[in-house]
Amino acid sequence: MKRPLKRSNAPIFWALFGAGGMLSALLGPILVFITGLAVPLGMLLPADTMSYANMQAFAQNIIGKGFIFAIIALFLWHAAHRIFHSLHDIGIHAGIVAKLICYGGAMVATLITAYELLAIGF
Amino acid sequence: MSKRRPYVRPMAGWWRKNPFFVEYMIHEGTALFVAAYALILLTGLVYLAHGEAAWNVWLEGLKNPWYIAFHWLALAAMCYHTYTWFKIMPRTMPPVIVGGKRLPDFAITGSGLAVAVTASLAMFGLVWGMAR
Repeated sequence: MKRPLKRSNAPIFWALFGAGGMLSALLGPILVFITGLAVPLGMLLPADTMSYANMQAFAQNIIGKGFIFAIIALFLWHAAHRIFHSLHDIGIHAGIVAKLICYGGAMVATLITAYELLAIGF
Repeated sequence: MSKRRPYVRPMAGWWRKNPFFVEYMIHEGTALFVAAYALILLTGLVYLAHGEAAWNVWLEGLKNPWYIAFHWLALAAMCYHTYTWFKIMPRTMPPVIVGGKRLPDFAITGSGLAVAVTASLAMFGLVWGMAR
């Protein structure tokens, strides 16, 4: 009698890691530059680039919403997976508690992101 | 019964002895910056949902020298992540066969980096165009 193999949930985490890794590799540097340096320091971009009116309109737009959600959620799933798999290297046991903290944290942040995007409205 | 204290091989600092592992730890460490940056954006989103006054508090906060310093570091970490992501890609994706020959590593890494540069310029142009 052969029992069916227990299905692993690992591919889901790997896929999220890969998607977030690709997105952050393509857009991470320029986003950090725009939101963290160019706008606060007033270089290259207009002073009101990230004004309330602009950002609210962006977050209310369906494409803008999707972009914000993908960036925040996938960046965090990427980081959670990478940090989880590096724990052993720095001498921390990568057990169930560590897994819950890493992936659970990414999950909670994903839900908060979705909630706030819905709260901002359409 | 006396408590046994089995020998556990110490592993603190093991990676500092080999440049290969030092590089490995740095490229894995970029994840900390990716996470921190995503959390900053998430904080911004929460403030945005709370209205204009709250949003302006967050936006002003970004001018804090500590945040500026963090973002310079994060920019360096992100660029390094981009570089290593595509440097490793020939080994993380299935082999690509073109004309019966395996596509060389530098072609995969090079096109990845070219796409990243193009995407970054397009993103910046889009933001610049929308904000103007």
